[in-house]
Amino acid sequence: MDILYKVLIDPFAQMVAAPDLLVQTLWEGLVGGMLYALIALGFVLIFKASGVFNFAQGIMVVFAALTLVGLHTAGLPAFAALALTIVVMFALAWSIERIVLRPLINQPDIILFMATFGLTYFLIGFGELIFGGDPKIMITEELYLPKGRINIPAFGGIVSLQKLDIAAAIIASAMVACLSVFFSKTRIGRALRAVADSHKAALSVGISLEQIWVIVWFAAGLVALVTGIMWGARSDVSFALDVIALKALPVLILGGFTSIPGAIVGGLIVGVGEKIAEFYWGPLIGGGTDSWFAFVIALVFLLFWPHGLFGEKIIERI
Amino acid sequence: MFYREVGQYKTSYASDLAIFPILQDRIGIIVIVIAAYVLGWTANDFVLNAMMIPFLIFTLAAIGLNILTGYTGLLSLGTGAFMGVGAYACYKLTTYFPGVNIIIWIIASGFFSALVGIIFGLPSLRIKGFYLAVATLAAQFFLEWCFIRIPWLYNYNTSAAIEVPSRTLFGIPVTGANATAETRYLIVLTIVIAMTWTASNIVHGRIGRMWMAVRDMDIAAELMGIRLLPTKLLAFAVSSFYCGVAGAMLVFLWYGGAESTVFSINQSFSILFMVIIGGLGSLLGSYFGAALIFMLPIVLRFVPPHLGIPVHAATVEHITFMVVGALIVFFLIVEPHGLARLWQIAKQKLRVWPYPY
Repeated sequence: MDILYKVLIDPFAQMVAAPDLLVQTLWEGLVGGMLYALIALGFVLIFKASGVFNFAQGIMVVFAALTLVGLHTAGLPAFAALALTIVVMFALAWSIERIVLRPLINQPDIILFMATFGLTYFLIGFGELIFGGDPKIMITEELYLPKGRINIPAFGGIVSLQKLDIAAAIIASAMVACLSVFFSKTRIGRALRAVADSHKAALSVGISLEQIWVIVWFAAGLVALVTGIMWGARSDVSFALDVIALKALPVLILGGFTSIPGAIVGGLIVGVGEKIAEFYWGPLIGGGTDSWFAFVIALVFLLFWPHGLFGEKIIERI
Repeated sequence: MFYREVGQYKTSYASDLAIFPILQDRIGIIVIVIAAYVLGWTANDFVLNAMMIPFLIFTLAAIGLNILTGYTGLLSLGTGAFMGVGAYACYKLTTYFPGVNIIIWIIASGFFSALVGIIFGLPSLRIKGFYLAVATLAAQFFLEWCFIRIPWLYNYNTSAAIEVPSRTLFGIPVTGANATAETRYLIVLTIVIAMTWTASNIVHGRIGRMWMAVRDMDIAAELMGIRLLPTKLLAFAVSSFYCGVAGAMLVFLWYGGAESTVFSINQSFSILFMVIIGGLGSLLGSYFGAALIFMLPIVLRFVPPHLGIPVHAATVEHITFMVVGALIVFFLIVEPHGLARLWQIAKQKLRVWPYPY
């Protein structure tokens, strides 16, 4: 009975007893979830347009952040470095399309998936060779990102928010809004959706697959850059993100592989879920649960809602 | 010219179904096996310890993953964790029953791994492809967490690592600090040969055909009367068994002690790369893949200094990453069937030489 009490009643009693702590945990979960959501967004963009499950998105985030910091250390002013990083991401998108994707047209999805494994390893080696493997500090001040904390007295305690996180939330929402407008209103956006529906039909009405793929990988590269800046500002820029980026996979399963809002909501659910679970239930089983919690949630989701919360219901039945 | 099947007639069903139908192949395989054993007595400790033992162990793990991914078409990213289950199971078994022969426990630990594999393979009936990859990632991270957070698994050691105790076989030390590289190599070699032979028999028989039918088209396989769930779970079980034995050997016969980091996600990826580069759905490919992925860093580390090019250890590691990544993309583009397919092409060329076909 004691264990039942500890699992079923005690955590909730704690939540009610200290609501400020609960709000703080929720906020931290939301902020952590935003990072997952942004990585997942990059996955979704590429998956929608080319059906490629891009495993390299996580490493693209690291690569973008490293390039930005590296260029700044090399002596460029912050915003020039930012512009040049965008050029680098375009070059990366172009070469990926040219070298990896074009020869693999018409191969099974799983082969393309594994090709992005190769890409991941190549980018890890390449990034470390050029910029070194040691962690670096993101140039937050030079990019005019705010620092410090806001303390809001609430629920009889204090909820402390980092200004940076608030800025990150605003920038991320703006970016998602821009992407949605881009996808639904512009000519290229419509072409992207056409390619996502059917490669053959899109080709037959004169849409260039190569061009679309470069654009979509470039868009994913931009998302990666924004993610890299946000994440680098919270902790160091290092290759440790590689494992964290894997958490975007359960996010995708929750949200569905083709839905941008799904990626956002899924990311937030995973972020909040693992923080709450770790804070209230984690100590019961020794802590450190956030390494696998997201995956187990995804596993449960897969068994009951295989198409995710917002995904299209065209899952392959087996 | 010499490699030709002229005059070799197949006079029975058994000879028609033989795995090595050509006499030269049979002689070749016997020569290789004898050479491998002779190597155990002649080669120095460095070659055995740093190259041959790990190569054979990783080969076994690659065979395990190949059964799942190559033969049954189920992508798994949890190989490292399944290897870990084998290692920890073997450790617990030998501490509880120190009197029993260690070889028996190394093999028996595979069964624990197989059990865990079956549990995490259960979702495979409903999902496949990327979805299954995520499910196996759940296994990877959950099991890795268990290896760290459950102190019972490493006997409450303060170092949170498993340390291999000394065990003997017929009075000769097999594991622990006193065991010579020679003994360990010969044991690893014997186990790997026996298990490769078993795997070869499984994949060429009824079970293997069922797996391949499921891989090629699951709906068609189901219509032909293959029950999907038992077939897939069997693939998970056999695959995890191989990985578990490989994991137990990795710790007991090579490292001599290990922390949970040995069985991290990177281990899973590196085994997956061995399978992809070696050739999906080929046992021989597992050997080639393991050799390439494992030997590549060693070659990159030792060859440039001999050529007079000074290279940093860190640079070597980075270049290895780049080369491995590039190789994977290269192989997927040029030869999706991997090194095994290249080997087949080479053999075919030899058979028809000097004619083009």
